[in-house]
Amino acid sequence: MEAKRRTQLRLAVLAAGIAFLAAGLIRGEFSDVLEKAMRICLECIGIG
Amino acid sequence: MKTQERKRLWIQAAFTALFNGYAAGFAKGKIFTGPSKGICVPVLNCYSCPGALGACPIGSLQAVAGGKGRSISFYILGVLMLFGLVFGRLLCGFACPFGFLQDLLAKIPVRKRTVPARIDKPARKLKYVLLAAVLILPAVVSAVKGAAASPYFCKYLCPAGTLEGGLPLLLANANLRAMAGALFTWKAAILLAVILGAIFIPRFFCRYLCPLGAFYSFFNRFALYRMERNASSCTGCGACEEVCPMAVWVTQELESSGECIRCGKCKAVCPAGAICSGFESLARKTAEE
Repeated sequence: MEAKRRTQLRLAVLAAGIAFLAAGLIRGEFSDVLEKAMRICLECIGIG
Repeated sequence: MKTQERKRLWIQAAFTALFNGYAAGFAKGKIFTGPSKGICVPVLNCYSCPGALGACPIGSLQAVAGGKGRSISFYILGVLMLFGLVFGRLLCGFACPFGFLQDLLAKIPVRKRTVPARIDKPARKLKYVLLAAVLILPAVVSAVKGAAASPYFCKYLCPAGTLEGGLPLLLANANLRAMAGALFTWKAAILLAVILGAIFIPRFFCRYLCPLGAFYSFFNRFALYRMERNASSCTGCGACEEVCPMAVWVTQELESSGECIRCGKCKAVCPAGAICSGFESLARKTAEE
């Protein structure tokens, strides 16, 4: 991959990553994740 | 090579301990419930592991998408994109606890199998199908049913959940043990199959099944952490390809491969010192370019 194209991709992903992270935090996804992760996930451990 | 490999195993052990540092949980048969549980770790590490201090990205992606009328988790995707941009699949090689387990299993001295290309190539695409399912399925089912959807990957497939969450919790908690039934038997069988697979085929789960590895593979080509082969020094001896746990065609596609987990085995074994690795700045050109 050309260095110029690689740099463009990196900057685009950096911007998108920060925007996604901020959008997720603003709409309260941290609490959603916390709420789920604080309880035993019965599906994950194979109970259902 | 041995010193370097030992160093990597210690780093993997340290990350495993860091992500699962709540030791009391294993004795109590309970999981950690502190606020750090909302922080997404960048590797496959079940949040129902008694020791887990953070949240599994694959479980969280499905949990957010499958509930509360959200169809996608921007938070988790943002975290994974930023980690992918910096590290690519270096995280698979150095930080993933389930990758660590597979590397230990690969040390069992049995003859390793080479998967024929006609099976290997299409089978590697399976992890992308699973990634698509992780991203789409809970959102679609939740929208159609109008209710929360299950994290299907975790429920029916994830061997990390069975190993890190299911087994320790069931061993320590009689109530949970009493609830285990056919689904647990199914998941234990999957775990056993993956363990056997990893004994005979190094990084079996990472090669064929890991949706997180599939996600990071898109970032390998332009991640800041890079591995490169100097074509003018390379003698084409193929020693690198013999040791590669992911069976990457190192002499032809090291830089562009989404499969390389940056474990550094090829670099350590190269007699010509033709492989280099390290972090590149956001906009630096490589020597060859």
